[in-house]
Amino acid sequence: MVRLMVDAPAAGSDESAVDAFLQGERPQEHPAQGEPSLRHAPGPYFGNYGGRWMPESLIAALDELEDTFEKAKADPEFTAQIADLNKNYSGRPSLLTEAKRFAEHAGGVRIFLKREDLNHTGSHKINNVLGQALLAKRMGKTRVIAETGAGQHGVASATAAALLGLECVVYMGAEDCRRQSLNVARMELLGATVIPVTNGSQTLKDAINEALRDWVANVGNTHYLLGTAAGAHPFPAMVRYFHEVIGEEARAQILDQTGRLPDAVCACIGGGSNAIGIFHGFLDDPSVKIYGFEAGGEGVETGRHAATITLGKPGVLHGARSYLMQDDDGQTIESHSISAGLDYPGVGPEHSYLADIGRVSYEPITDSEAMEAFRLLCRTEGIIPAIESAHALAGAIKVGQRLAADAATGNATGAADKIVIVNLSGRGDKDVATAAEWFDLLDKDSPEAVIAKEGEQL
Amino acid sequence: MSTSQDGNQNAAQHASKSAAAIDRARAQGRAALIGYLPAGYPSVEDTIAAGIALAENGADLIEIGIPYSDPVMDGQVIQAATTEALAKGFHVREVFDVVRGITSKTDAAVLVMTYWNPVVRMGVDEFSRRLAEAGGAGLITPDLIPDEAAEWMAASDKYGLDRVFLVAPSSSPERMKRTVDASRGFVYAVSIMGVTGARTSVSSAARNVVAAAHAAGAERVCVGLGVSNAGHVREIAEYADGVIVGTALVAAIRDGGVDAVASLTKDLSTGLTREEA
Repeated sequence: MVRLMVDAPAAGSDESAVDAFLQGERPQEHPAQGEPSLRHAPGPYFGNYGGRWMPESLIAALDELEDTFEKAKADPEFTAQIADLNKNYSGRPSLLTEAKRFAEHAGGVRIFLKREDLNHTGSHKINNVLGQALLAKRMGKTRVIAETGAGQHGVASATAAALLGLECVVYMGAEDCRRQSLNVARMELLGATVIPVTNGSQTLKDAINEALRDWVANVGNTHYLLGTAAGAHPFPAMVRYFHEVIGEEARAQILDQTGRLPDAVCACIGGGSNAIGIFHGFLDDPSVKIYGFEAGGEGVETGRHAATITLGKPGVLHGARSYLMQDDDGQTIESHSISAGLDYPGVGPEHSYLADIGRVSYEPITDSEAMEAFRLLCRTEGIIPAIESAHALAGAIKVGQRLAADAATGNATGAADKIVIVNLSGRGDKDVATAAEWFDLLDKDSPEAVIAKEGEQL
Repeated sequence: MSTSQDGNQNAAQHASKSAAAIDRARAQGRAALIGYLPAGYPSVEDTIAAGIALAENGADLIEIGIPYSDPVMDGQVIQAATTEALAKGFHVREVFDVVRGITSKTDAAVLVMTYWNPVVRMGVDEFSRRLAEAGGAGLITPDLIPDEAAEWMAASDKYGLDRVFLVAPSSSPERMKRTVDASRGFVYAVSIMGVTGARTSVSSAARNVVAAAHAAGAERVCVGLGVSNAGHVREIAEYADGVIVGTALVAAIRDGGVDAVASLTKDLSTGLTREEA
């Protein structure tokens, strides 16, 4: 199948693209003329980033994983398995929903939501865990381990392990375990063992450290099911591969619904897996501007944020060279965000590269901006987004207003002709208590208020 | 690229301090003893005093670890020590004070063991220059493999520093050869698939790793991870060129200060002499 280039085909001409993708087909490259394609970057390096900054003990396992992954990609049986699970287990393709009432607050441009929140387990995470769990089976591993912050990747990993009959151990900061006791229970219901991590800052990065220590000791029977497009090669390229379905579907769907490519694509960035998944579909479409929104926390000027690309410096952490929040000694700095899923001091190496070459613009969104967008989507569209995704929504409002301002000064097209796609990476059920506390919706001293003060995300 | 750990021309210009220390032990018919201490635990002064005590009680080489926020290869005891050192305000530049403090008082070869990001942050060349200036022998790099080490290869050649890479039970023959070729001073053989920490017995995998490294051309192979008493030392000294003790020494300084380090070192060193077959 040859995908058309930047010029928009007639509406509906590409309607079989989603079905074809679900059958395991992949569109051929469609780079802009004269430009090398940015799609399907194989790693280990993305410009100066990526690589394998890992103990020698783990290199053999990374080699085995890379080899298994490369063979699986070329194996029709594997791609058919993924396609079947995506369709009949996760519920793909996820919808592309136009958010007309929300868009009125974004300069009057058209906004479309890529509904990863409608996937089984409630976020994009399922795409990656199913793929990696299948690879674990192909390698003959019987056990998977995972890290989790708020619990979303842990829940997804436990889900995939239950489905495929794998033992699952999830490392989670002790403080997070206490605050997210319902997600701990959810993982345990799915048969996983949750191990609280009491080392270091007891946060997501320390959960990753502990998972790596487990992996070194148990690498014979264990696969490390890393939850984001970061880490040592082949993880960044592999995790992206399993999430490419987001961008492929979105591109086909927007062509189908509007007859043209969008003006902008927006996603939130923690480690960056949902973002790289949707960005990938549009990297070679130069007319599409791409935006990644990092967690600005309490404001980048306060130091309490997770705006890794905006304010970090290149370094090595968890196996990859990438932008990193670090002090003058190279010690990792703790990140802060109202969104646990964005609260990570590193970022996937492909994002660092896309930032350096200017293909993607990365900007911070504060907690307050994200929560305003969160409430706005609830009230205008009847969709409760994950707070992570609310960062992308807040960014889309800014992008929409900029596009509208551009349209007002130009004379070609009006704001209503501008199109923005937002990756709605997850649903917000888990965030209800946090949001209720933020908006002061809870009676003082009610049990819910007490829980919310402790940061519980249901 | 050079063919062996100390066979290149730069090594000829800058004799390897680590190799010399191991060779001195070998000339005495024994394996070398290598002791690890984290810098700044419980204080920079204590680390210097403990390093001198190590050298005076039988250690041939000393590894000074740089406390790091994300030590993925370390077990609980070393993590607790380095976390405390960081909490007390340890700065990376102080590692040079520790190295100078020990090399100015002893003949031991002093290496720095560090996760890579602190070196990246300071600048590989700048870090290397300062380490050489402080009298350091080189670096042990637990999360840097030769594949990513181009900058360090150049800097270590420029400043005459040893580059001690790790090999593991999982290393393929190709990787073993590549790592041995890239190393200078000695090769660090990880005895077990795991992190640092005392264990009741030494893994049988260690002997195989050492044999594979020797077969790949390494002239000096030292074994670390899980080595905590004189019995372990005796067992490893039979087939390795050096024995590395970390966690047990960190526990000693934690529980009994510099005196405890001195007495443990003395005891460990009794295991070094190879028994006649």
